[in-house]
Amino acid sequence: MELTDLTIKKAHQGLIKKEFSALELCQAYLERIKEKNREIFAFLTITEDLAISQAKKIDEMIFQGREIPILAGIPTAVKDNILVEDVKCTAGSKILENYIAPYDATVIKKLKEQGVVILGKTNLDEFAMGSSTENSAFFETKNPCDLKRVPGGSSGGSAAAVAANLSLFALGSDTGGSIRQPASFCGIVGLKPTYGAVSRYGLIAFASSLDQIGLMTKTVEDCQIVFEVISGKDELDSTSVKFENRFSKFIIRNRKSKIGIQNIRIGVPREYFVKGIDPEVEKVIKGAIKKYEGLGAKIEEISLPHTEYALPCYYIIAPSEASANLARYDGIKYGFSKSRISNLKPRTLFDVYLQSRGEGFGDEVRRRIMLGTYALSAGYYEAYYLRAQKVRTKIREDFEKAFQTVDVIFTPVGPTPAFKLGEKIDDPLKMYLSDIFTVSVNLAGHPAISIPSGKVGNLPVGLQIIGKPFEEEKIFGIATIFKQ
Amino acid sequence: MITKEEVKHIAKLARLGLSEKEIGKFQKELSSILDYVEKLKEVDISNIEPTSHSVLVENIMREDIEKSKIKNQKSKKLLELAPETKNGYLKTKSIL
Repeated sequence: MELTDLTIKKAHQGLIKKEFSALELCQAYLERIKEKNREIFAFLTITEDLAISQAKKIDEMIFQGREIPILAGIPTAVKDNILVEDVKCTAGSKILENYIAPYDATVIKKLKEQGVVILGKTNLDEFAMGSSTENSAFFETKNPCDLKRVPGGSSGGSAAAVAANLSLFALGSDTGGSIRQPASFCGIVGLKPTYGAVSRYGLIAFASSLDQIGLMTKTVEDCQIVFEVISGKDELDSTSVKFENRFSKFIIRNRKSKIGIQNIRIGVPREYFVKGIDPEVEKVIKGAIKKYEGLGAKIEEISLPHTEYALPCYYIIAPSEASANLARYDGIKYGFSKSRISNLKPRTLFDVYLQSRGEGFGDEVRRRIMLGTYALSAGYYEAYYLRAQKVRTKIREDFEKAFQTVDVIFTPVGPTPAFKLGEKIDDPLKMYLSDIFTVSVNLAGHPAISIPSGKVGNLPVGLQIIGKPFEEEKIFGIATIFKQ
Repeated sequence: MITKEEVKHIAKLARLGLSEKEIGKFQKELSSILDYVEKLKEVDISNIEPTSHSVLVENIMREDIEKSKIKNQKSKKLLELAPETKNGYLKTKSIL
């Protein structure tokens, strides 16, 4: 038994049965990170001291014979756009290269209360803008399944860390597919919760109406365990929502009677199986759907007629919100600044802004800030931003209508498996198209999971299961059946 | 295709300092993305309300009372992140 192969439940049992200590578990991961991060480049920062001190605390509790929560001593990795107090948080950007987080994000606070061991911060596309993690200002992360390929993005570091057993689970964020697409590329489980289900307090903002913190795990069960801990209303995030926790009941019902699946209606939208999808990916997804049909689920072809407008809609709304959110990086309050650099001395406040932002942000971030600024500027607001918001209503209505007749919707996560490093980096539009099957879910606010459903060669392919808002429990139940 | 002048104008609004070479590059890239989003014009949006958030977002009020004293250490942490400070304030170039 390798300590770095365990699921949450198995690790928890090992800890309480004293088969190994929390420190041993933590050190097994730290050693593996030291060995493997040199080829995978998943971590930007390794928080060894923090991890060891957290692990020792848990061991002390076990030694004293106290009961420990299920996540106590469980090692995790955190995407580097989520704040961990007193630890560097770069968002993958030069502009925050030396930024030390002054407080904990709510999700971190909740995990620390459970005794989770934080191993480090993972690489991402700068400000979570990208689909390959190649937009990081620091280095590229490699896909553990094939080191010549991207891990996906923007949560590519978290996905690679979990896939390569460098962490038991990881936190990510998903604005247009940034958890689900890398989960699919690396062959792990990735959940984007319902918008509002998990507090965003302490997440570095990209597009606030779309951003959502979520999970990257080895199994659906692990995902469910951590989701129960991090979800819920938070006073510090006014968009977070109080909702009823019904998931445990749903899962139990399905486990006791394996026939529960017969009452499930699965919608398959025809717009997701059109030109552009790799036929091998289509085969894997169709195979997964067949498997559910074989188990007794009712498969229905449905239509989400505005699917083709989701990506252009997203590429107006997300950059518009980003241009406003990223206005805070001004070279004055924190972050990279040219205000004190003497050789090219800025004379005015305006120069400080231009030089700090012009040099501090990378290409993709500047591209999106300009796109958003354009879409929101006088004379263009109605033609771009307002129009996109109205199209967003149509996309949301498509889902509402579809969910009147089905319980969940099955689609591919992306049109292809992991692509090669460098393949799309010089063509922004080509890169954007890798999100074509994931952005609708963010625009509509629904929860969705990516689960490994097969392979094309040695490359994993993820099945996307989309649920109704706040019905994560149903998604977990249905996803678990596939694994069994 | 948007013009170089438009790119310069947007960069100025966005407070981004760009070189001439970068302006040319962004002109091409932004134009191709703007051409792509033209597709949205195909959708009939008459009598459609815009969606800003997928959940109902409303203003949340609280009493205007101090919730907790911000500890000295907390504000010190925030100030330590600033490139330039003076007497516990952020320092900037003069505005007027």
